[in-house]
Amino acid sequence: MNTNHYETVIILTPVLSEQQMKDAVAGFRELITGNGGELVHEENWGLTKLAYPIQKKGTGFYHLFEFKASPEFIKSFELAFRRDERVLRYLTVKLDRWGVDFNHRKRNGELRTVTPQGEKVIVKKKIIIEEAVL
Amino acid sequence: MSKDSNFIFNQTPQVLQKKKYCRFKKHGIKYIDFKDGEFLLKFINEQGKILPRRITGTSLKYQRKISIAIKRARHIALLPFVADGLK
Repeated sequence: MNTNHYETVIILTPVLSEQQMKDAVAGFRELITGNGGELVHEENWGLTKLAYPIQKKGTGFYHLFEFKASPEFIKSFELAFRRDERVLRYLTVKLDRWGVDFNHRKRNGELRTVTPQGEKVIVKKKIIIEEAVL
Repeated sequence: MSKDSNFIFNQTPQVLQKKKYCRFKKHGIKYIDFKDGEFLLKFINEQGKILPRRITGTSLKYQRKISIAIKRARHIALLPFVADGLK
């Protein structure tokens, strides 16, 4: 079975409580692992402000999945997002070898924490590094 | 006479201008992350439009990648489609 490396970002409604959000994410995680997919990485960005309102909502819970799965699985995975009213937006991208490499280095180069505060500090650090490089 | 002035006119701006370069080629960056909205901010103007190559100096290969990354970032609401005074 041929597998590809994918990356999915989903935005969940801010109406959910912390626990409900975690349940929703757990449901999607099970969908990946239960259908022969291999979860590589997962990231929770917490409640984040949207650049423009979606369904009249100004914020959303962002969640990132990086996984290996077959192309057939993506169809059913995205269907689950479309059926689910908790999902405001989703985006699945197939990663090429540079993308896989980039995400791998990003994970190892800096220790990422799940807390929104910790995340913010690290994001700032990353920008400084990038500006020094570019 | 006219040939002479034309020659000077063509030459002067090139001498004054600093040479632009593609930052991705220069630093060997192969992948542009669509999740990094703050980085992509460098390639859009204050209305949220994608800046042309002639301004940023990016090579065609990476301009295509930037444009894809910006469009993806817009879809997941990291960047606005339209904005007013983004910078």
